[in-house]
Parts: sequence; structure tokens; C-alpha cells
Amino acid sequence: MRFSIRAFGLDNAVAQVSTASTAPASPTIAAPPRRGGFISRMRKSKVAVIGFVTLAFLATVALTAPIISPADPNEVAPREALQAPSTAHPFGTDQYGRDVLSRVIYGTRISLLVGFIAVSIAVVTGTTLGLISGYYGRWIDITIMRFIDVMLAFPGILLALALVSILGPNLPNLMIAVGVSSVPSYARLVRGSVLSAREQVYVEAARVIGARDITIMRRHVLPNVVAPVIVVATLGVAAAILWAASLSFLGLGSQPPTAEWGRMLSEGRNYLREQWWIATFPGLAIMMTVLGMNLLGDGLRDTLDPRQRVRT
Amino acid sequence: MGKYLTQRLLSTIPVLIGVTIAVFSMLHLVPGDPIQMMLGEFQTSPEQMAQLQSQLHLDEPLPQQYGRFVTGAMQGDLGYSIRSKRPVMDEIKDNLPSTIILTLSGLAIALTIGLTLGVIAAVKQNTWVDLTSMVVAMLGVSMPSFWLGLLLIFAFSLKLEWFPATGGGDLRHLVLPAMTLGLGASAIIARLTRSTMLEVLNQEYITTARAKGLRGSVVVLRHALRNALIPTVTILGLQFGQLLAGAVVVETVFGRPGIGRLIVSAILEKDFPLVQGIVLFIAISYVVINLLVDLLYAVLDPRIRFG
Repeated sequence: MRFSIRAFGLDNAVAQVSTASTAPASPTIAAPPRRGGFISRMRKSKVAVIGFVTLAFLATVALTAPIISPADPNEVAPREALQAPSTAHPFGTDQYGRDVLSRVIYGTRISLLVGFIAVSIAVVTGTTLGLISGYYGRWIDITIMRFIDVMLAFPGILLALALVSILGPNLPNLMIAVGVSSVPSYARLVRGSVLSAREQVYVEAARVIGARDITIMRRHVLPNVVAPVIVVATLGVAAAILWAASLSFLGLGSQPPTAEWGRMLSEGRNYLREQWWIATFPGLAIMMTVLGMNLLGDGLRDTLDPRQRVRT
Repeated sequence: MGKYLTQRLLSTIPVLIGVTIAVFSMLHLVPGDPIQMMLGEFQTSPEQMAQLQSQLHLDEPLPQQYGRFVTGAMQGDLGYSIRSKRPVMDEIKDNLPSTIILTLSGLAIALTIGLTLGVIAAVKQNTWVDLTSMVVAMLGVSMPSFWLGLLLIFAFSLKLEWFPATGGGDLRHLVLPAMTLGLGASAIIARLTRSTMLEVLNQEYITTARAKGLRGSVVVLRHALRNALIPTVTILGLQFGQLLAGAVVVETVFGRPGIGRLIVSAILEKDFPLVQGIVLFIAISYVVINLLVDLLYAVLDPRIRFG
């Protein structure tokens, strides 16, 4: 048995999923969810419900941002600079007199967008690579997996940093960089699941009756990998939001005056001593979003993939 | 063992070749003219541009450039920073010790807190102690490190004035950055340790150990923890990489010298040779660390050696 620690995935969120089971890097295929029972089982998981409610709240905030924000997030008002939280400005104002609450509200849009787009890039690319690699095997598999190994040689945020340095620091590039950096996790996960799925009798049967490869992959193999991918993707959104905020904090993501949480924290750190609110509220917002995603991901894992459940 | 060792060593070679190709290609993947990008903000004459081009050997054919890049790297020559004009390797050497100290301290904090919390939570399963530890761990996993760093600065430097907020140097400068780096990782280790401890505690040999009258602490520490540690050791290499990457953020928050801060400023200043050098250096170190962890793991776990 060849066992590499890198099989545990690229980022922390994925590591949590992969290491929840002590079985070393065995391909995970979730037990097929009983369709009727899924919602009711999800509802029984308190963790998932809390996560879901948090995200529903954030999604509502993001969608209704123009209606619910008290002010224009980018409106500069020098006379109102650095005001403490009050009824006029519940989260206070920043150094340019901009309303922090409105900026936090608009920041929800950016963070959710970055998280979901980055993960979509990763899921689509990773799943395709994993499917092809696992299904065709042989030299195709070896080539793709060597390529993935090379990507995994760049730990954590380093690959995203390298990509941003090539593409240039802005929001779309940030999504690409974070998305591409997460591809290996999905490719490996899907490949593992495909390796077991393709040995199933029904896949053999489909091949015997002359189904085309693309049909077999889409109709018979792909459904087997959906459940674990959903779990990892949910936790992946949390990780992507954290990475994106970190890169923006470093000045390598969104650029001013965009109301982005990581950037706002970075701008607020110079005012930490007296004007704590500038950095505190964006920080809380990031934590709440990531926490919501993590809780939902944990709940989904328990529901969709009972073998990875931590006994409680 | 010999076969596993050879296989594992051989599997590293294509990865290393791939890493050098990837890092070498960085400069050539830049949209537009890399020289223009690097000198973008500066008033430069065509002569200066030509000089930089020949300094970076961009006027040579690609295979020759790659050959030069690899032979240079093997001899520890990663080229020159275009901003400081110093050898990239010197820049790395100056900043590396600080980052290693930070990363190792972070790792020590992560292991101490993570293992303790995880073991206590598992032993006291379903009590308020368990619940509290896991809620704290979940918050820790979800908290951005730069925010945690700012909160620690606010509490321990600005209000209590126990530790300096920024800079590098003595031990007092290390406490807050190491805490920031270690606390996040400890949350992951705590969650992992708890789940594996719970699995191990249900094994029959634990029941046997209890039945023959061993004290609870002996059962937990000697019988259960040792086996529960295996997955934790497994993710140590991964964690080390995460910590190294986390150092990028933490060093920036605390204005602490180190590799992380060096690469961020290099990217912002578009100092491409420096970025390439650091990326290559970190990637190769990470590959080597993972190799060592895998080999260590094979020594510890006979199933891998003979599997």
C-alpha cells in the first residue's frame, strides 16, 4: 500500500474531511443517500441547521444589499471620519467617513461570490481531471496525477500567491488563483471514487451493451462521486473565502475602494488602538461566514457520508 | 522497506522536475511582456530594458534558459533580485531563520494545545467540557489568522502592553505571532485527535486494558493516545506546509521579517526573480519534508513498509 500524506488534500477544510476517517487514503464512496430521507436527516443535524440558517441569512444580506444598507459603501464623508458606533452608524465609520455597516453588507456579496466562483472553478476542473484520470487509467492517469502532484508541491496559499503574481492582483484573478489552487483536492477525491466505481457490474454492463465512454462516465460513474464532492465543496467554499480574504488583506486581491472584508481589515489595522470597530466588524463577518459554511459542511458530511461520521 | 524507500524516492523525481518547470514558466506566463511588467512603474530607457533582458537571459532560446535555471538552482544560485540587486539566495538566507523559528514555535503550540484539547474532549465525550472544546476548535478553524493576530495585538500589546505588537528579534517578539499561527492549527489537530481518540477508545484492547485494572490515565495516554497519534503524525507534514503558508500572513500582520513577508513584498514590487526563487525554495523544501514524513511514517508503521 502506497500512502502519501499529501493524499489528505490540499487545504485544511479538505484535510478535515479526509482525515475524519482513520483509514489511510482509501477511496471514499459515500453510501448513496436515500432520497426521501435526506431533508429530514439534515434537519435532525443541529449543526447543519445552524450552518444553513447562517448562510441563508448571509445570502439574503448579499441579495438585498442595496435595499438594506443605510449608506453608499463607497461614499466618502471626511467630516464623519472615524466615528464610533452610534444610531446613525451602527458599526461606526472608517478613516474616510464611509459607513462600516454598509461596507460590511456589500462585502458579503464579494466574499460569497469569490467563494462560490472559486470553488466552481475547482470542482469543474478537478472533477473532470479526476474522472478522466480514474476512468481511463494507464498513461492518462499517470500524466494527470503527476501534474496534480506538482500542484500539491506548493503548500497552502503559495500556489495562489504564485498565480496572483503572474496574473496580477485583482478580484477576478483572485477567484482564478484560489480556484486553481484547490483543483488537486477534487481531482484526487474524484479519481479515488471513480477507481472503485468503474469496477462495478453496472459499469461493465453498460460497456458491454456498447455505451460510449462519455455516457458511462456521465450516467454511471459521476453519480457515485457527487456526494463526497458536495461535502468537500461546501467546506471548500469556507476555505476559499478565508484564502481570498487573506490575499486581499495582503493587498494581493481586491483593490481599493472595493468593500471587501480582508481589505477592510487591512485598512483598519492602523486604527486598532482607538477605532477598534473598523477592523472588528469585517473580522466578525468573515468568521461568521466561514463558520456557517464549515457547520453546513460538517452536517452534510454526517448526512451524506455516514462512514466519515465522528461518533458522538 | 528497501522497495518502498526506492519507490518513494523515485516518485519524488518527476515532481521535482515538474516544480522546476512550473516555477521557470512563471515569468513566461505573465500576460504581455514580462520586462515591461517588472519595470512598469519606472522610467526606463530601452538600454535598461535590454540590460534587464540579458541579465535574466530572456534573449536565449527557452530550453537553454530552463537548463540555466535548473543548473543554477542545483548550485544554490537563484539569480538576482531586480530591486535590491542582491542574490536571491542571500535574501532567502537572511529571512529563513526567522520563519523557521516562527513555524516551529507555531507547530509546538498547535501540538500542545491541539492534543490536550482533543484528548480531554474525547475522554469527557458528550459533557460540557467536550462541547466547549469543540465549539472553541470550530471557531478556531473558522477564524482568519490575520484577524486573530489583530485581536491579540489589541489585547496583549495595545491594552495590556505585555508584548510588542510588531518587529522581530527577541523571544517577546515571537510570542504573539507564534500564538496566532499555532492557535489556528491547534483547532484542526484538536478536532482530528478527538475523532481518532473516540474511535480508538472503543477498541477491544482498550476494554481489555481497563478490565485488567489499569488506571484510566494509563489507558488513555499509553494505550489510546499512542494509536490515535498516527493520523496526527500523518498530517504533520501537511500542517507544516500550512504553517509555512500561514507565516506569509502572520509575518505581514506583525511586521516580522521572514520569507513570507519577503514574498509578499516581492509580488507587490513585481520583483519576479525573487518571487520565483522563494516559490521554488518553499516548494522544494515542502517536497523534501513530505518525503521525510512519509519515510518516518514507514518506519513507525510496518503496514506501509511491507504492504
